[in-house]
Amino acid sequence: MKIFGINLPMMSSLIIWAVLWEIVGQLDLTILLPPLSSIVSKMFEIIPTATFLVALGETGRAFLIGTGAAIVIGVPVGILMGQSILIDRMLLPWVNMFLSAPLTALVPVLMILFGIGEKTVIITTVLFAIWIIVLDARAGVKQISPSLVEMANSFNASRWQSFRKIYIWAALPEILAGIRIGFIRAVKGVIIGQLLVSIVGFGRLFELYSANFLMEHFWAILLVLFFFAFSIAEALGALERRFSYYASSR
Amino acid sequence: MNTAEKIVSLEEKTVASVPAVSVKGVSKVYPGGVQALDNMTLDFPKGELISLLGPSGCGKTTLLKIIAGLIPATGGQVIVNGKPVEKPGDDRAFVFQDFALLPWATVLRNVAFGLELKGVARSEREEIAAKYINSVGLAGFEKSFPHELSGGMRQRVGLARALSMDADVLLMDEPFSAVDEQTRRKFQEDLIRLVDVEKKTFIVVTHSIEEAVYISDKIALLLPRPSRVSEIIKPDIRRDISSDAMRRDPAYLDTVERIWSSLRSYVE
Repeated sequence: MKIFGINLPMMSSLIIWAVLWEIVGQLDLTILLPPLSSIVSKMFEIIPTATFLVALGETGRAFLIGTGAAIVIGVPVGILMGQSILIDRMLLPWVNMFLSAPLTALVPVLMILFGIGEKTVIITTVLFAIWIIVLDARAGVKQISPSLVEMANSFNASRWQSFRKIYIWAALPEILAGIRIGFIRAVKGVIIGQLLVSIVGFGRLFELYSANFLMEHFWAILLVLFFFAFSIAEALGALERRFSYYASSR
Repeated sequence: MNTAEKIVSLEEKTVASVPAVSVKGVSKVYPGGVQALDNMTLDFPKGELISLLGPSGCGKTTLLKIIAGLIPATGGQVIVNGKPVEKPGDDRAFVFQDFALLPWATVLRNVAFGLELKGVARSEREEIAAKYINSVGLAGFEKSFPHELSGGMRQRVGLARALSMDADVLLMDEPFSAVDEQTRRKFQEDLIRLVDVEKKTFIVVTHSIEEAVYISDKIALLLPRPSRVSEIIKPDIRRDISSDAMRRDPAYLDTVERIWSSLRSYVE
């Protein structure tokens, strides 16, 4: 970005907001917004504590299992939908419905079905992440050049061979984009799950800090979470760019 | 009629040799009622390059894909080496108009891809692929990716992939149409040499009259509405002269002119 001929470094907008936050915080206008500097120092204070590390372990575990399941189920389902009109017609209305559904409202129902525990948290995470992964994998398959499919047919490729050697790779740029957005939604899903279901992990910390008006703690955890989500998105974005060289020439 | 060219009727031709590919009364009606082919009969002799030439809508690509087994005929039969075609097989290999290369795979893997799908062991298939990469003039590009190659080079990859299957019949769907003019001429010359060396049957769909006359042993002239083989033309061109001399040869020019006069009324 360039302003008045001066090249601004990336994320300069973040610096402006950080300064603004610090000023408002120092003015002591509201209990909700402590100065950023004290939040950051609180963050480094919290991170080495056992409470934080246990919460990180619980949340991380649910997050990884949930997103893993969303990928393992979502990608093949999306590819099948892209390949078969019949399967597409059957599943697309449900996928679209759940994509826009207020999933938070569904969590109590899940609790009845799956109990109050990690299982429900994981299922909530899956439900937040999976739909966009399905839709993007489907979109990736839809734009495969018909001649690639025809080429595989001309060599008598089996369905499994086409799936493994053509479809997954040809749809990879879209699949990765879906996974990136799915991961970000899963961060939301796992916290909401932990807040509403079993009060464990980061969900418990949020509950604890906000109930006791420990706003420095609260913001510190939120910043940590933002940092995690941001790093995941960036790492997947970098992976996407590695494969996008062929996105234009399929 | 010029003596330098000879028109061979269908009947004369069938007695000449056992055909590699035999199309018997093939019809194709696409869903929705579009009739692409109507009772077409045509033989392709072994070891020759035959072009399917005609204006758009004459069903030439449809015929090629039916021979390949990629789309089913709605009537009639295609016989390859004595066996009726039901699906794609090892006896035929297809070269695609838009090359159909895997953008994420190297030239080596692309050329070996047909063998990979067939389950040939890696070292063996890569050895075969390397040989054909060399024979189409791409030695040194084994580790390149398709997007790093020119259109002409990409089609050479497509050709090498088809050749490495060691099929009896090579089916080429407008192989040079996405290649620039200078590259195309060089490619056509290489193809003529390849037909000599490989002793395979080549069936080439084209819409370029000059190309058909230049590369073909025989040209099947297809006409639309109703789609039919209007005639078989044997360009009687001397192959022992240089390609540039050939393009100025009166026999070459006369054949081009004659085909154009047949097609002219079908071109809007």
